[in-house]
Amino acid sequence: MSGAASGRGRGAARSRGRYGLASRLRSGFRGRGRRWELESIVQDSGDRSESDRLLRSLATTGATVTARSRASRLGLVLAGAALALAACGPDQSMLSPMGANASRAAGLWWLMFWIGVVVWVLVTAATLYALVRRRRDRHDPLTARRWENAPLVWGGIVLPSVVLVLLTGVSIDAMRHRDHPDASQATVVQVIGHQWWWEVRYPERDVVTANEVHVPAGRPVRLELTTADVIHSFWVPALAGKIDLVPGRSNTLSINTDRPGVYEGRCAEFCGLQHAKMRFRVVVEPESSFQDWLAAQGTSAAEPADDLAARGRQVFLSASCVYCHTIRGTAAVGSVGPDLTHLASRDTLAAGIMPNTKGHLGGWIVDPQQVKPGARMPSSDLPPDDLQALLAYLGSLA
Amino acid sequence: MSLTQGVPDTAAGQPDFDGVWRNPRGIWRSLSVVSHKPVGSRFMITAGLFFLVGGIEALLMRVQLARPENRFLDAQTYNDLFTMHGTTMMFLFVVPFIEGLATYLLPVQLGARDQPFPRFNAFNYWCYLFGGVLLYSSFAAAAVPDAGWFAYVPLSSNPYSPGPGMDFWLWGLALVELSGIGAAVEILVLTLRMRAPGMSLARMPVFAWAMLTASGLIVLAFTPLLVATSMLEFDRLLGATFFVAEHGGSPLLWQHLFWIFGHPEVYIMFLPAAGIVSQVVQVHARQRLIGYPFVVLAFVLTAVISLGLWVHHMFTTGLPPLTMSFFTAASMTIAIASGIQVLAWVATIWLGRPRFTVAMMFVVGFIVTFVAGGITGVMVASVPFDQQVHDTFFVVAHFHYVLIGGVVFPLFAALYHWLPKMIGRRLHQRPGVVVFALVFVGFHLTFFPMHLAGMWGMVRRVYTYDPDLGIGGLNLVATVGAFLLAAGVLVFVIDLVVAWRRGAPAGRDPWAGDGLEWGVPSPPPSENFSRIPVVGSRYPLWQPERDRPDRDERARGFDRAPADFRASPTTSILLAEPEAAVHLPTPTFWPLVPALGLAGTAAALIAQAYPVAVAGLVVVAVGVVGWLRRNEAERWPERSGVRVGGLPLDVHGTRAIGWWGAMATIAVLATAGGTILASYHFLQVNATVWPPAPAQRPAAALPAGLLAALVLAAAGALWLGTRAQIRRRTALAVLAVLAAAGLAAGALTVGTYAAAPPAPSRHAYDSMVLLVLVFQAALVIVALVATGLAFLRAAAGGPPGRLRLLVQVAAGYWALTAAWWALASGSLYVVLVG
Repeated sequence: MSGAASGRGRGAARSRGRYGLASRLRSGFRGRGRRWELESIVQDSGDRSESDRLLRSLATTGATVTARSRASRLGLVLAGAALALAACGPDQSMLSPMGANASRAAGLWWLMFWIGVVVWVLVTAATLYALVRRRRDRHDPLTARRWENAPLVWGGIVLPSVVLVLLTGVSIDAMRHRDHPDASQATVVQVIGHQWWWEVRYPERDVVTANEVHVPAGRPVRLELTTADVIHSFWVPALAGKIDLVPGRSNTLSINTDRPGVYEGRCAEFCGLQHAKMRFRVVVEPESSFQDWLAAQGTSAAEPADDLAARGRQVFLSASCVYCHTIRGTAAVGSVGPDLTHLASRDTLAAGIMPNTKGHLGGWIVDPQQVKPGARMPSSDLPPDDLQALLAYLGSLA
Repeated sequence: MSLTQGVPDTAAGQPDFDGVWRNPRGIWRSLSVVSHKPVGSRFMITAGLFFLVGGIEALLMRVQLARPENRFLDAQTYNDLFTMHGTTMMFLFVVPFIEGLATYLLPVQLGARDQPFPRFNAFNYWCYLFGGVLLYSSFAAAAVPDAGWFAYVPLSSNPYSPGPGMDFWLWGLALVELSGIGAAVEILVLTLRMRAPGMSLARMPVFAWAMLTASGLIVLAFTPLLVATSMLEFDRLLGATFFVAEHGGSPLLWQHLFWIFGHPEVYIMFLPAAGIVSQVVQVHARQRLIGYPFVVLAFVLTAVISLGLWVHHMFTTGLPPLTMSFFTAASMTIAIASGIQVLAWVATIWLGRPRFTVAMMFVVGFIVTFVAGGITGVMVASVPFDQQVHDTFFVVAHFHYVLIGGVVFPLFAALYHWLPKMIGRRLHQRPGVVVFALVFVGFHLTFFPMHLAGMWGMVRRVYTYDPDLGIGGLNLVATVGAFLLAAGVLVFVIDLVVAWRRGAPAGRDPWAGDGLEWGVPSPPPSENFSRIPVVGSRYPLWQPERDRPDRDERARGFDRAPADFRASPTTSILLAEPEAAVHLPTPTFWPLVPALGLAGTAAALIAQAYPVAVAGLVVVAVGVVGWLRRNEAERWPERSGVRVGGLPLDVHGTRAIGWWGAMATIAVLATAGGTILASYHFLQVNATVWPPAPAQRPAAALPAGLLAALVLAAAGALWLGTRAQIRRRTALAVLAVLAAAGLAAGALTVGTYAAAPPAPSRHAYDSMVLLVLVFQAALVIVALVATGLAFLRAAAGGPPGRLRLLVQVAAGYWALTAAWWALASGSLYVVLVG
């Protein structure tokens, strides 16, 4: 049942998912080295598909232009193919960086890529030519020739040393320039990895949420990452390199971007059965909407507005839900699963794997093992009426 | 072209020479064979079968990933498969295959009649086979390991991997590691001490150099892994806390230990491949390798640097920038060593007259693929870039370029080059070209798109992916490529079977090769060389007849001789001057017994059937005793003072092969001890409280002082033993004192901890103390066995040289035991004053 639900929800996820959150959305596309920027203001959900289309078409055009110019300049079939592929990739990849850290990594990549292409082409050409070149002399294979070791010394030692020293310098320099905002200036967000979801805390405001990291645009953010069980790794390709969540350690990661948008992230370190389904999203929004969001999240859960929701709350509190989940303002204070106080404000369910709609939520509650086998949440056998009431209540927790 | 041409066949009248070297036939009786060629073949065939199994696992995964949200495999099966695929390819295929190739080939290349310790060789094979079977029996037990081939804690520890899956992994691997270390010891002693007269180090074939450096790396890298897997088993079985952060342990300790193994492992696989390429290229380009000294130095440089790269697997764990900078620089440096080799191969092809054989095609395929893999390797050495692509399919692509392009392609080249020598028949050229085309094209179709998939956000080890990522097309191409690659392997297997049964005879030297192996029949006879060659060139068969050195009486003495036992000459390390003769064993079942016992113990521990585990250990003890008794019974030529070609048989000290074997074993044990102490200090530095409570501090000063005295005594004994004019009684008396002091120190240690025995589940400090004590006990047991052997030998009235050797070896083990315990006491004592 939920399999069908998840299939149906896919389209919704696509249109809502990527650009669907902030009321004002600014987005950009960066192709290798050059930069196309697009600003579009989307008033409401009705315009989302339009903006989506526009962004996509711009991205494709820009990519084709660069790919063509580069390829014709060098005439390298392989490099051209690689470029064309890289350029028409998704705009949520490390090759379309939207944050400071990701930009430095992408810059390094293109530097190393071109050096690599040159080296590879030289070696391959030399090897192939060596195979087919015409031999004039029949030299005795045992007699040494003068200068026969010269290519080894120049091509094998001197040249690589120069290139590698350069690359070492550049990459160490890029690493040293990584932002390390101190806690006093930056917004601090605590991220705690669980098998297989993310707990997100804002210690300054007592806010707890899950699988969604909201950060302000244009202000440094300091993520403090720990784990509740095994090693996970926090990776948002468009914003920054990944960092592991290791038991007994607290690692930090800086996110610094002035581009509002929704950025996809996922767990990168194998963490058990459902490692593949441990996703999340980083929502970068303008300062004011971030503050609004923070204020809303800091409140206790909304009181049920109608009888159905009130009954739903009763169902929640009398079922096993309370052993694992917290809804602030009620008696539910479990800490095994995600905090549900503002569940309805979130975009996705079950660690970013499906959109937060009533249908998906219902399917998830009834049989989570179907959607995400091995997840800690057990199946439930609520009567249909109770389930409907519960869904109404959870749907009201904005 | 034989190097022994012109020697009158005077010794041919003795019919017994062939009889001595003949190996038994038949399924049951052939289990007793210990000669290097059958054992090497078994290694290669078993490893080849595991390669096919690992390949099938890969194909299943590729089918699952062919399109997004595929439901061909469920998450659990997929996780089982990638864990077993990685483990199989790393531990059950590449390293054993290379060791099998070297076991078969090196003695023939170096002019020796067998490996230095053939029975140990057979034991290593059985350990490998049983380890692999044990690992795969996890499928039968429906408890397949599923924590990935590097088994990061805490995912692989009890709370998150309950059930026996990871125990199958740990115990299966322990047996395989043991076998790997054993084979490395063989190769070290073989290449250093058993080369043909005249084959100085500077004349040694490049493949032998590669195996020598790789074997050194195995000793230094596999041993820490053995320690690490033991620690994890301590955690799982005894509730120890080496890796538990809440109890003073560290999950990063596992990562450090694993990658201290894991990165050299890459070069343990690559160096032999580079050796293969160097040899294949010079024969098929008909040009001696350009820059031999450069290539050899590059091997050594690679081996040394590879020990200092491991942290580049940990760039995302949150280490300080300074640490990472160091490892970035080191990782870049090693690329220079690879650059030298690549340029040497290209220059050799350039200056030579290449033939378009299948082996040559694989060499060229190797160069273009390996260079690409090396370039991405340099990229991931850069920290900011690595933090993006780490744990993504970019890295999957990178290491398959290096491991398939850089190792499997050369192995194919090696097979096309040396199989005619091994099976005596040629492989066909045309199917070979098809194999190359399928493998090469299939490989690049499979793995090139993975670079992009990784950069677009596809992380490793996911059983499914989201269609929104836009990587469905890339994955489909990869899956198609994987099936092409598999088709190439299939064609190869068919061609091999056909060639084996009715290929054209290969003759001695199908390629006009340069090395000694091409001077003997194909396949080589059991003794390899009925007459030991004398080498005067780096390319002995290319050297014109007139320039070849004379065979003096020391070499001639081995002409179809000795005829009543197996023997081969041993030579000096540097110049390969004949020094002595080594007595080689005949077929025996004994090595099988301790291997069976170990496998039984491991299986019983997995099943938690502890009485059976004890029975397994008894079988091990019986096997070792039987083995040693047979060894001594075979020593009649030594006892009767026989000399071969004027070379003595009954030698001791550095002239004895056994001494080198013991020294290599001591090096392994010292590496293990060093790993334990390094782990102790790593945890100490990282822990907030160490030790957890002052009351637990041991009175370590006293045993340490006593043991320092013991070190001196051991050194004295060693010195006495090495002197030529030692009296048997004196030697034994010193040994007895050593053993007594060792036992007394052991008792003292036990007494120190008897009042408050370490509780491993309480704190990592207690776990470390327990490990230190267990390791110390193991050292004492080894030293006691060596001592016992010397006393038994003395009681039986053995040959004087051999008795002296046994005393030296026992003294060496006591010296190690004492030195290590003094160091360990120091570590524990530092806690007291600090």
